[in-house]
Amino acid sequence: MGIKSIKQRLLRERKAIQAVNDGYVIQVNDLTKKFGDFTAVDHISFEVRKGEIFGFLGANGAGKTTAIRMLCGLHRPTSGSGMVAGFNICNQQEDIKRNIGYMSQKFSLYNDLRVWENIRLFAGIYGVNENLIAPKTDALLSRLGFMSERNTMVRELPLGWKQKLAFSVAILHDPRIVFLDEPTGGVDPLTRRQFWELIYEAVSRGITVFVTTHYMDEAEYCNRVSMMVDGRIEMLDTPRNLRSHFGVESMEEVFTRIARKATRNDD
Amino acid sequence: MASSAVIASHLSKRFGHGAHQITAVDDISLRVEKGEMFGIIGPDGAGKTTLFRLLTSLMLPDEGQVRIEGFNTLKQYKEIRRIIGYMPGRFSLYQDLSVEENLNFFATLFGTHIRANYDFIYPIYRYLEPFKKRKAGNLSGGMKQKLALCCALIHNPKVLFLDEPTTGVDPVSRKEFWEMLGLLQQKDITVVASTPYMSEAMRCHRIGFIQNGKIIGCNTPQNIREAFPWLVLSVRSTEMFRLLQDLRAYPDCRACHSFGAYQHIYLPKGSDPEDLHRYLTRKRHNDIRIKETDATIEDCFMDLMAKKGESDGH
Repeated sequence: MGIKSIKQRLLRERKAIQAVNDGYVIQVNDLTKKFGDFTAVDHISFEVRKGEIFGFLGANGAGKTTAIRMLCGLHRPTSGSGMVAGFNICNQQEDIKRNIGYMSQKFSLYNDLRVWENIRLFAGIYGVNENLIAPKTDALLSRLGFMSERNTMVRELPLGWKQKLAFSVAILHDPRIVFLDEPTGGVDPLTRRQFWELIYEAVSRGITVFVTTHYMDEAEYCNRVSMMVDGRIEMLDTPRNLRSHFGVESMEEVFTRIARKATRNDD
Repeated sequence: MASSAVIASHLSKRFGHGAHQITAVDDISLRVEKGEMFGIIGPDGAGKTTLFRLLTSLMLPDEGQVRIEGFNTLKQYKEIRRIIGYMPGRFSLYQDLSVEENLNFFATLFGTHIRANYDFIYPIYRYLEPFKKRKAGNLSGGMKQKLALCCALIHNPKVLFLDEPTTGVDPVSRKEFWEMLGLLQQKDITVVASTPYMSEAMRCHRIGFIQNGKIIGCNTPQNIREAFPWLVLSVRSTEMFRLLQDLRAYPDCRACHSFGAYQHIYLPKGSDPEDLHRYLTRKRHNDIRIKETDATIEDCFMDLMAKKGESDGH
């Protein structure tokens, strides 16, 4: 890499840090994605504040996955604009990928590598400073209580442990924001709750969390929640405000009310 | 003869060898009566899918035996496959065939026609009919599940096995799906369904909790909840995460877990909620609310898991 391109990159990074320091980790306007004549995401606009747990909810097929792929720099929007982690989602996608964490619903660590080998591999991929890898690995293992599992093959870990490890690896490079796509799908109720305690802990260390889930009790743990219907963001507010808006007791009922709206529109 | 629809006795299934051997199903016995809706709930990796494969004759047990409507899975699997419907956990229809083509295909396999069983599948198929020309791969998650259910029902089975039919499906579609299963009940079909969503289990006549290959509890939802050994208090304040930690530090606390907008704390029966209130006030919590609550299925499951952990010496 030449001096010039390093300079340019540093400049972009500095601008990005400035944007994030202004208080928003995500800012999108009229973000739209069309596949042929099907509009998967239809002019969505919202912000995610620094240090927030933002719940991104919606029915199957509402367009969540497509939206997340645009935010992570994996899809180019058809129209609209936005910044994620301080970078432009239309033309700085590689910078976005370096500065976010992502955990998919599907387990994505290597089963036939040991715990420390997985950590080492992903630290390298995300460009964690060589000198920091060892202390970061120790800190991660002790936080999870995994010190004795350092040399264990990942395939031998129980599912709940794997999910916790995957999450910790996704934030090893101290990203400004981590995207969690149904991190607790199919997990037992105890592990699900332990997972959320890890999320709270990450937030206390300054990481912003963007999370999708089909468990409506988990929607309550978010600072703010958006509900996507037919490609649009139908509502966005705190769980408490959403509940009182509909005069209901639980987020499950909120979800049902909003999703029903979509059915009526179809008729 | 009033025999049960499903009788499994002392089923075990192991995979792998030596140090890597895993007991996926560990001495499971269960009995499901005709027309019953039986729920199997447990986390990923608990052994649910292996159990379903054993019950449906797709896999043979290392020990034990299964009878479906009196037929033995070992010797009479041909008879069994004619009378059961099976919906595997992974979507297994043909993505590049249309809704209608998939249904026709499965009907043909069983030597029947869509028309012959139209009335039977209609309550579910009516949601799909407007999209019958659409490729299965282009359906939303909830629609795919409905199509898979139709395909599993096309030959008018007596026993229906559904392996996590609602995993990854949104709350509204999940609810609809269970309402459809309710309709099948009226037609005297026996349903055995698994789910990681504890709230869905409330709709079953009986539930079996499965963990590490064993059934750790089996009863009606009502009895399971009534047998919960602790007082459950729903608690909230303005700082929910700190509240969780403070509740866990409360001397009488047996366990404490987050439940949506509240924390559930388990205390010995007869404990005084006022005392907890005073404790939280001393910890400087604001806007404290405490109310007595009935245990949910999820409370029961976590308590059973914790007990199991203790007895296993963890």
